[in-house]
Amino acid sequence: MPKRVETIVMHDSATPVIGDVEKGGSVILTTVDTLVSQARANALWPLTFGLACCAIEMMATVASRFDLARFGSEAFRATPRQADVMIIAGRLSKKMAPVLRQIYDQMPEPKWVISMGACASSGGVYNNYAIVQGADQVVPVDVYVPGCPPSPDALIYGVMKLQQKIKRPKGSFRELGLTEMKPRTLEDDANMEDRLARKAGK
Amino acid sequence: MTSYNPFRDVAKPILKGMAITAMRIKRKKVTIQYPEERREQFTRTRWRHVLTRYDSGLEKCIGCSLCAGACPARCIYVEAAENTDEARFSPGERYAARYEINMIRCIFCGYCAEACPTGAIVLRKDFELANYERDDFVYTKEMLLEPVR
Repeated sequence: MPKRVETIVMHDSATPVIGDVEKGGSVILTTVDTLVSQARANALWPLTFGLACCAIEMMATVASRFDLARFGSEAFRATPRQADVMIIAGRLSKKMAPVLRQIYDQMPEPKWVISMGACASSGGVYNNYAIVQGADQVVPVDVYVPGCPPSPDALIYGVMKLQQKIKRPKGSFRELGLTEMKPRTLEDDANMEDRLARKAGK
Repeated sequence: MTSYNPFRDVAKPILKGMAITAMRIKRKKVTIQYPEERREQFTRTRWRHVLTRYDSGLEKCIGCSLCAGACPARCIYVEAAENTDEARFSPGERYAARYEINMIRCIFCGYCAEACPTGAIVLRKDFELANYERDDFVYTKEMLLEPVR
């Protein structure tokens, strides 16, 4: 690996910085909301849930070269009770799907899901009877990270995307067509018509 | 059993540990501060697809669908149309009227680039593709096509 690292200035004054949030929602609680969402976004504890080869890249993301700890996500928890974000790393077989759903249900609110890699997001090359064609058929996915597998920096970009989503004020969630911050149940997700109507009415 | 010795049991282990820390401080830092600085990608890294153009500005893609045939994930869709003298997009007879890649299903194997007879589709090094909605991952021809120089 070449040692040279090219430096790129990411933000100028015109583009919003990741920490920037525009006010919205309740008048009294906006500041508190901002504060709470900042705190939530900067301590996303992932769940140790590697399903396939993507998990190797997920491990590399936490290692010293990429160091996910810089984003507050180094504490991979082996129990869903202590995790905030579930990184579905790898192909999700139909046999594993109920297990994934149960683990998701056991996570405390607020919770988020990152679908890592082509297989978890859409099935990838495994368009067959054994693999779930997209983990969003089982759990609501917040951020999709394409790649096979996504490199550690691509996953870090996905985590940054999720942080951006969390830091957004709640008021603009519906108009942006994003998932709402309410307890999500299996019945809610099964009701696809409702979700599609909400998306169409954005 | 030897008796408790504050130097041997407390101070010495601490100094030993601190010596290791001091040794490591001099070493080169391995962490890449990712959003601010990026690692140099390998020369043959395959990430986001780009549909290239000739120097004249014409598209290299001739809409032959060989990339779609070579794709193991079946994530490419090509719809070809005939070039006319009034509306000419590519030097050949046909051009790609629609060219779509489902980025979420793509495994970035590069078989499309290998199969392409004109070298129209190439995989460049932009890896920051994560997004929120499934629908946003179908990259259309407008998104993939290189801007005219």
